[in-house]
This record gives sequence, C-alpha cells and structure tokens, in this order.
Amino acid sequence: MTATHGTTTRTAAAHERVEVTLTVNGTPRTASVAPRRLLSDFLRHDLEMTGTHVGCEHGVCGACTVLLDGAPIRSCLTFAISVDGRELTTVEGLAADDGTLHPVQQAFRDHHGLQCGFCTPGFVMSACGFLAENPDPDEDQIREGMAGNLCRCTGYAGILDAVKQAAGAFAGSATHPCEQHRVDADATDGHDREA
Amino acid sequence: MTTKLVGAPVARSEDPRLLRGEGRYVDDLGQDAYEVAVVRSPHAHARIERIDLDAALEVDGLISIYIFEDLPQRLQEPLPLLIPHPAISHGRTQYVLANGEVNHVGEAIALVVAEDRYAAEDAVERILVEYEPLPAVVGPELARDAEHAVHDDIPSNVAAHLEQTIGDAPSAIADAPHRLSFRLDIERSASTPMETRGTYARWDADDQRLRLYSSTQAPTSVRAAVAAYLELDLAQVECIAPDIGGGFGVKIMHPWPEEILVPWVAKVLGHDVKFTEDRREHFVSANHERSQVQWIEVGFDDDGRILGLDVEFVHDHGAYIPYGLIVPIITSTQLIGPYKLENYRVTFDSVYTNTTPVTPYRGAGRPQGCFAMERTIDRVAAHLGKDRTEVRAVNFLQPEELPYDFGLMFQDGRAYRYDSGDFPGSLAALKELVDWDGFAQRRAAAQAEGRLLGIGMAAYVEGTGVGPYEGGHVLVEPNGTVQVSTGLSTQGQGHQTSFAQIAADELGVDVADVKVVTGDTRRFPYAVGTFASRAAVMSGNAIHLAARKVREKALRIASEALEVDAQDLELAEGQVRVKGSPDTAIDLNVVATMSNPLRYAFDEAARIATQFAQPGDPDAPPVADDDAPGLEATDYYSPTQSTFANGMHAVEVEVDPDTSDITVQRYAVVHDCGTLLNPTIVKGQVLGGVAQGVGGALYERMAYDEHGQLQNASFMDFLMPYATEVPSVDIDHLETPSPLNPLGIKGAGEAGVIPGSAAIAAAIEDATGITIDAMPITPSQLHDRRLAAASSTS
Amino acid sequence: MKPSAFAYHAPHSLEAALDTLAELGEDGKVLAGGQSLVPLLNMRLAAPAALVDLARIDGLDTVEVTDREVRVDARVTHERLRTHVAATDAIPLLREALDWVAHPVIRNRGTALGSIVHADPAGELPAVLALLGGHVELASAPGRRTATADDYLVGPLESDTRPGELATAVVFPRPEPGTGSAFDELARRHGDYALAGVGVTVTLDDDRKVRRADAAFIGVGATPIQVPLTDALAGQASDALEPDDAIDLARSTIDPEDDIHATARYRRHLAGVLLGRALQTAAARAAAGGTA
Repeated sequence: MTATHGTTTRTAAAHERVEVTLTVNGTPRTASVAPRRLLSDFLRHDLEMTGTHVGCEHGVCGACTVLLDGAPIRSCLTFAISVDGRELTTVEGLAADDGTLHPVQQAFRDHHGLQCGFCTPGFVMSACGFLAENPDPDEDQIREGMAGNLCRCTGYAGILDAVKQAAGAFAGSATHPCEQHRVDADATDGHDREA
Repeated sequence: MTTKLVGAPVARSEDPRLLRGEGRYVDDLGQDAYEVAVVRSPHAHARIERIDLDAALEVDGLISIYIFEDLPQRLQEPLPLLIPHPAISHGRTQYVLANGEVNHVGEAIALVVAEDRYAAEDAVERILVEYEPLPAVVGPELARDAEHAVHDDIPSNVAAHLEQTIGDAPSAIADAPHRLSFRLDIERSASTPMETRGTYARWDADDQRLRLYSSTQAPTSVRAAVAAYLELDLAQVECIAPDIGGGFGVKIMHPWPEEILVPWVAKVLGHDVKFTEDRREHFVSANHERSQVQWIEVGFDDDGRILGLDVEFVHDHGAYIPYGLIVPIITSTQLIGPYKLENYRVTFDSVYTNTTPVTPYRGAGRPQGCFAMERTIDRVAAHLGKDRTEVRAVNFLQPEELPYDFGLMFQDGRAYRYDSGDFPGSLAALKELVDWDGFAQRRAAAQAEGRLLGIGMAAYVEGTGVGPYEGGHVLVEPNGTVQVSTGLSTQGQGHQTSFAQIAADELGVDVADVKVVTGDTRRFPYAVGTFASRAAVMSGNAIHLAARKVREKALRIASEALEVDAQDLELAEGQVRVKGSPDTAIDLNVVATMSNPLRYAFDEAARIATQFAQPGDPDAPPVADDDAPGLEATDYYSPTQSTFANGMHAVEVEVDPDTSDITVQRYAVVHDCGTLLNPTIVKGQVLGGVAQGVGGALYERMAYDEHGQLQNASFMDFLMPYATEVPSVDIDHLETPSPLNPLGIKGAGEAGVIPGSAAIAAAIEDATGITIDAMPITPSQLHDRRLAAASSTS
Repeated sequence: MKPSAFAYHAPHSLEAALDTLAELGEDGKVLAGGQSLVPLLNMRLAAPAALVDLARIDGLDTVEVTDREVRVDARVTHERLRTHVAATDAIPLLREALDWVAHPVIRNRGTALGSIVHADPAGELPAVLALLGGHVELASAPGRRTATADDYLVGPLESDTRPGELATAVVFPRPEPGTGSAFDELARRHGDYALAGVGVTVTLDDDRKVRRADAAFIGVGATPIQVPLTDALAGQASDALEPDDAIDLARSTIDPEDDIHATARYRRHLAGVLLGRALQTAAARAAAGGTA
C-alpha cells in the first residue's frame, strides 16, 4: 500500500542489472540485480544478510518470511525489483544494538521454540507480524497464526508457548512487535546479551 | 558446592545466535563461490543415449559442465557400499554421475557450474538428454515378482535375504491354542529437514589443502571419502559441519555425489564451489525410508501370551543399497519391543526398485517393526476380547529379567541385549497419564453427541548409542575458557549446551565458560557420526571421560602447588580448592598456565602461576616422560553393546462419522531414556519426534505412480504437518539409568517418532471398528474402508 | 528453483500498463501479488518473456461498496479484503471464504482478483464469484469488457484473459435481502487447497421458507461447479431443512477426479456432506436476518 509511484514505466531487460534499493532494518541498502532476482536471494547473496533462510522456494515453508512495510511476506515469492524503495525488516533487525534479544526472540529461547534454528527466523518474523495484528490472541488463534510456517524439529509446542509469552510481553508495553528492541542503558532485565 | 548441571534444564547456549539470524548454515557461506546445479533424470529407469550440451554452452555465466565421461578414473568408480553385510549377495551403488543408465527419477547425470544458481539452472534447462526408457519397477511386491529387473544382472531384484530366529516359531505357532495371520503395510516418507543438502568447497592452491563445509551428520567420514576419491592425504582435507538445519537421518548418508563432485570441481577450477540443493531436488535425490510389506503369523494362548511369532517382510531399498541392511535389520530385531519372545523367526528380502534409495530416517526401521508388533498385540487382544493393555502386560519382560539377551544380532553386529527398563512401570504411568481406564466414559459421552472417539497405544524399545566409539577433547585455556570438542556433528540437538553441562560438572566451572565445537575435523578428527540416538550416549560419555582426565591432571598440578593431598581438593567455581577451606585455592586457568612450562608473561594467569613455580629438579626433564604440556585430555567411549531406551505412547482420536476426517485429540508419552542430561532438550526431542510420527501416520507419503514418478515432490503435496496438525502432547519421563555407561544415559533422539503409526492406527481402529493394517491413512482411505465394511456386513 | 530470465515492466498507470501489455502481446504476463505465479516461475513451469508488475500503478487498489455490489480492484490483497469491514458486512461470504485461503502471510501479498485470474479449481474466490453471479472487468488498449464467472473461468488454471488484457477489478453482487450464506471445506492441512468445498446461498421468503438456494463447489471439477438448488429445496422451512435431494443433485452434478490426496468417490461423498452442513448454516443465518 505504500508502493512508490513514478511517472514513467520502469523497465529492465531480462539480463539487465538494475539498481534496487531497499531500506532494510532502517538502513538503505542497494545492489544491482536482474529482474528475476528473488528478494530472498537479494537479501542473502547480494546484501549478505543470511539470517533470512530459504527452505522451499515455493512459498509453503515460511522460512524466508520477512516484514514488508510491517507485514509478513514470503521473500521467496517476491522479486527484489518489485519492492524497490520499500522498507523491510528481517530477523537481523530485531535484537537491540547490544544484542539483547527482542521479546519474541527471548520467548522462543525461554520455551525451547527452536532446535536446528533453520525455520526460526521465519517463525520469529511471522510471530512479529501476527502479534502486531493480534495483540491478545487465544491459543487457537496462535496455532492458526503460526500455521503458515513449517518446523521439522520442535513439534511446534515450544513455538506456540513462545508466541503466547511474547503476546504477554507486548501487552501494556510501548514496544511494537515489528520494531527493533530497545534497551534502557541501565536496564538489567537479565536477558541474554551474549552467546 | 556448585549445583550439578547434568539433569538441569539449562537454557541452550546456541539459541541467541540462531535467534538473531547469526547462524552459519552451508549456504550462508561462500558468497563468492561458483554455484552448481545438476541435470537429474526425469525417468525412473532409462538408458542414456546421448547428451547434447551445445545449447547450454551459450548460457551467460556458465563456467563448465561435466558428465560421466569427463570424470577422472577414480570418480568413475561406483560410490561405496558403506556398511557391507554377509547377507548382501547383490550390492549395487550409484555413480557420482550416471554411467549410461539411470535407475530413479532424480539420479544425477550432469553437473553444471556457473556464476550463480540462476545461470546454472539456465544451463541445466538447455542440456538435452536422449533416453531409451526401460520398464520401471515400483513397489516392494512388484520388485519381488521380478517381471522386470532394476539392474540387468540382478534378475531377482533381491540384494539380500536374511533370517534370524529365536527358538522354533513355526512349531510354537502350530501348537498354539490360537493363531492369526495377516499383512501390514507401511508406505514411504522421508526425513525432510528444513535445510536441504549443501556442500561448499574451497581449494587452497598455496597450501594444497581442501576445506569442505557440508550439511552432514558424518563430517569425519565425508572427509575420508573426499580424500580417497580425490586421492589426497587426509591431512590435506578438512571437513566442517557448520550449523545444520536438521538431519533426521538423511544426512548420515555419505558421500553424496555432490559431496565428491563439488570439492573435485573446486580443485579443478581453483575456485570456491557450492552446491545448495533445492527443495524439488531434495524430494527425489535425497534418500527416503519406511516402505515395507510385512506378513505376520502369531500363535498365542488364552491369556494373549505370544507363544510364537513368524514375520516375513519385503524391504524396498530403492535403486541402490549404499547403507546396507541397517534399516531392515533394525526392523527385524526392534520389532520385538518390550516383550519376551521365546519363539521368533524373522526373514526379509531387501529389494531393488526404480525409486530414490532408502537409508535411515529417524526411527530407521523401528516404526515399521513397532507397527508390526503392536498391531499384532491389538489383534490378539481383539481376538480374545481382552483389554489391549492387559495383553501387553502379560507379554512384558519383567524388570528383574533384565539384562535380557535375545540371542539375536543387532544392527551393530553385537548382541541384542536389553540392559535396563521397567515396562510394567511405564505402562502404569501411561495409563494414568492418558486416563486409559476413564476412556470408556469419555467415549460414551461423545457417542451421545454423535461423535466417534477411539484410543490406542503402542510400546517400543529402542537400541540407542551404537558403537563403535566417539571421542571427546577437553582443554582448559590459560584464560579459563574450557574448550570441548567432539567429532560428530549437530543438527539441532543442543549439543553445545548439553555437552557443556557434562564438562562443567566435572571441572567445576560455569557452563557459560565451556565452548563446545562439534563436527569439525580440524578440532576432532575421529568420529562415527550423529545417528541412532547416539550423540549424547557416545560423545556425552567420551567428553565426560576426557573431562575427568583433565580434572585429575588439574588436581595433580594443584596438589603439588598447594602442597595438599589431591584427595583433599575439589574443583568448584572455577577453582581448585581445599575442601572445607575454600580460601586455599588456585584458579583453574592458573592451573592451566602451570601445566605448560613455557610461560611468557602475556597475561595475569602467567604472572600468578609464577608464584607457584616449584624449584625444578635440574636432573628431570621439564615435561615428565608420562606428562604433556597443557591442561587437556582426549578420551574415547566405546561400549560393548547398545543401550536400550523404551517408551509408550497413547493416542485418542476423533473420527468425523460423515467425512472420516481424523483428529488427534490427546497424545500421551511415557519415555525412559535413562538419566536426563537436560530435560528441556529431551522433551524437545520427544515432541519433535511425535510430530513426525503424526505426520507419518496421517499426512506424509511419497506417492509414486507406476512409472516411478514421484507425484508430490513439493511441500504443497507432501503434507508435512503445520502447527494446526500437531496435537498437544503430555509427557512423563521415567529415568531407569543405563548400567552400561558412566552417565547412565540412553539415547532420546528417535524415540518420539517410533510408535506414532502403531498407536494412531490402534486409535482409529478403536473409533471405527475398522481393522487398520496400512499406514499412513487418509480420510479418503478410511472412508473407503468404512464403506467396504458397511457393505460387507449389510 | 530459480525463475527463467524475464524482462520487467512496472508501469505507473493503468494506461501505461495497457500499452505495455499491448506491445508485449503473448509474451507479457501480469504480476500482481505473485503468490500463485511465482511458485510456477521458480519451478520453471511457466517462463514468460516479460512480466508486467502492477506494484507501481497509481490506483487499482480500491474496494468499493455500493448498494448493489462490492467492487475489488486488481491490487487489493486477500487480507485487505478479508478485513474490509464494509465489504464483508455487505457480503459476509467473502470473509468466510477468505478465512479458508492459505495462510495469513500468503494473504498479505496474494490478491483477490489474482486468485480468480489464476483459476485454480480448488480456489475459494472463483467459487464465490460464480455463486454470487459476479463478473470480472478487463481492460486492454483497444477497450474494456466484462466477463461473467461462467465465461471467464474456462478450465483448471485457465481464465479467459486475452493477450494484451489486464483484469482490473472483480465485482461481487450483494445477495438479495433474506439471504444467508456459508462456506465450508475440508483440506488435508489447514490452509491447503481443499479436497472439496462448497459455498452456498439460501434465500428465504417471509415465512422463512426457502425461496432460492444455490451452491458452488470447489475441488470437484475443472472449474467451480455451480448447482442451482432451488428446485430441491424450495418451500422447505429454514429450521427443518431436509437437504438430501439437494445433496443427491449436487453429487450427480459435480465431476471430481482421483488424485494422491483423495479418490473421486470420496470427494463426491465429502462434497455432499459439506453441502448439507453449509445449507443448514446458511438457512439458519438467513433466518436470523441475513443478508448473506
């Protein structure tokens, strides 16, 4: 809904590399890519931001989920050129600058919501988008809200518990689920900063 | 005294990194590498007539293309049969690139190297291969009928025939008061980790060394394989399994063709090369498991006691048999479960089909065996009109009968001998957890609302921690960090945490000070691999033993420095200190510094260590004959046999009477894997296994047509469960320690998946009254079965 | 799984888009949300020479609700329509059908009209369009036309969008007063394309007896299968519906096929079960005041 509009038709030949600029986690990032470059590959291999994973490249597994202007989307079903100029949030953009985990990330840790970690960034981003839209979800809503992502390790129990905890963490908090976590300089919440 | 870490739910140290998107999986590495794509056979069985590369050579970004004829002689040899067995009379393995014939859809024919994967796929699309299609053999029964042969020179399609016996089953059955015989089918599924296969190779021409990153469960063996095929010294090759996005068995297979081809090409081209398998390739070129047809004959007495059991099955191992007979041997032994079978005969044929090869997938033959045995018990109970748990109880081995040697040979070629367990105790716990006795009431209440409920259960025993060995290395650095390494790799099991707990306990340090590295041959070159629920048992105990040696050395050094008898010292809070007098202590990092006579004053520890320096004996060498510099040790754990975990699952399902849709309403697990290293991690393993069990029972099936085409090679049609398809699970852990290893642990990795199909089948059968003899089952299939039953009774 | 190369056009206006499409003819393929198209591209099951991306068009993103209809522009996503209060109040069936569409993340990108153009026989929205007697608006450089659901939905994954044409909007007529509706389906997994599904409308007269009833099935034929049920149900009381004749009629009308997930026989049976349930729900909703 916030697509930028020009006054001319933008075109690129099949093998022509064109400049694409996205604001990723608040920072403008540019690379020259062919029109067919998938957003997932743009992130992973042009920007070398490999936190976003690729599990199926046909839109079913959800590992590649990122936030486009705050809403979760599949980066493997999106061409980078198509979202030129827009804002993306990836898993790398959630933790505070000092590494303190974002409440959704912390909840996944607290509830053993990950094992191999491959599906995890997609789940975390889906959860952020879900909680932004559903601040006070019940258990069925959580289950359904997380049902667009596949996990082969956990059996989902820890993930569902994590989303429930995260919902509680945002309730009454000024933090938006889709934004980078901020830590007061003197806050000592005991959360993990290092690993 | 430091709190004991083994057994504590320590939060995983892996998690913050993985949650922040800082994991390093194979495809995250090698951003400048050339990428490969593979031309794969679209035919299940064909001769390759001609390969035309002309159009592909025009592709922008193409680097090179290789077919079989381009390979050096060593790479033209078939891949190894990893685990030979005397019963394999006709072993066949594949070539890294097809040598004139393809035997399954997905078999590699040509390797394309390009600047990126897009260009590589452009070239793959333009390579024209002409085939002469041959008849495809699909399914275990057609294979055994042998109208057509998968391999010309094996007209029977049988690679191996094996029989094992206890007592005299045929006579016992003939003499039994009751006899039943029936057939049970299990279809194909696959491990399907979220990360596909991947291999990335760097050849360093200056050093003449190869570094390989592979998404593997066996990095030391991949290293050895690559060294052998590339004719390099082992010392020239290093293999690293970085973060791995799940394995579940499929990544224990090695070497994959790409694991050989990618490093070879990297060396030939002098450029980094990477293979990242895509999902569609994974469905057809990474191995599957499960498909078996099993015939059962059972004789039993009026109490349901099994007097004789005769099992014959056909195991479909696909186009090749690289992993030997591991899967069918596991079925044939682990089928026995927690029961005392005194007359048992099992025979199997392992047959070729024109389908993707079969190697272990979590459970590895056990789900099929559990399905056979537990469905048998349910049939016996139904025949006698007895409660299904009673018939199980009558047949249990009793705790006092353990250890119990069945007189069979297990997958590791060693005795099939249960070490410990309490099966009646497990059953009692399960019945309470799922309220088995209250089910009749729940069913009646549901019936009054027109709803169909059913309950079922299944029990298993799982041989875990198979040998031959794993090793551990533990080193205390002068900065106090404890470096732990073991050779096997990690696919999400939390080894960095649980192994750190083991070492921290032994050394009295903070778990956060222990850094664990797995699956890196630069750090630990000897290993077997992560499979068969063995990592915690094998590497866990090896690390424990190595840490113990380090502890002993620390005590000896500190004892000399403090002039206190070692028996009066303890390791706690990062110090070696006098028991009862903690002020007399040396920090462990200082002990580490003291362990090395060369001690430049680079840091504080070196300065402090100097205070304790004893005047050296001028006639003795600074490092004694039986000593070595450094506070470190290596040790190995090598058991004489596997240790046997066990458990039982109970499931309540609801079947929609109109649509036959099946919903799991309640799932209860009682699980005994001996001492729990980390209950959170163990629970996670069980829950993940259960989800795969539910998937295997109700959703997942590799659907081949009669031409050997896999009809559902995508996540759209291969139905891995989402959160909405996996039930909540109640778990109760029993802890019967293993007497076989110092930590008392048994493996936990595969347990959750084993009884899923058996227990869910039993519950559906209980709900509908329809005998369930094949899994997985869909609403459509159940509907057809119910229709057939209705028309046969009307 | 990387797409073949394609030329890319992102016009800024509808007129520019139509000019581009006219120029490209058979070579041009429209990219809207891409949730159905991009998987086909990634698998190289489709390889258009050029994509015309609607992402930069100024406009084409309105949901218009009038007394007679809900008009949904080409760029409106499933999720936006699903949560559009005026539209789903006007036609509650839209909301109920959209709840069944895939998963939230897919609905965030996929467009409502796109799923009609894609014409998957198991898609929910094509069935809603057929059931409500709606139409698709198409534009091309030479002119504009509309196509009814029957004319537009030609076959499995085949809609009558001609070279040079862009489907610009879909129009769902509002059901007449006294109408209740329901959508029910059974999929193997939550969010999957259904094994079978059905949308129904039931219109009651002043005595709360059925005056008109219709169904459109998904997953049981090459296109959404419409089954007029008025003859089978007319005159029945909404609280004592006997749908057996309607179910028989539907089962004999639909044309399911076997696949790896279910047999044709099962789908036929299932469609009837779902129809019975949906009719009861719709009749009750109609009795409770409708509309739809």
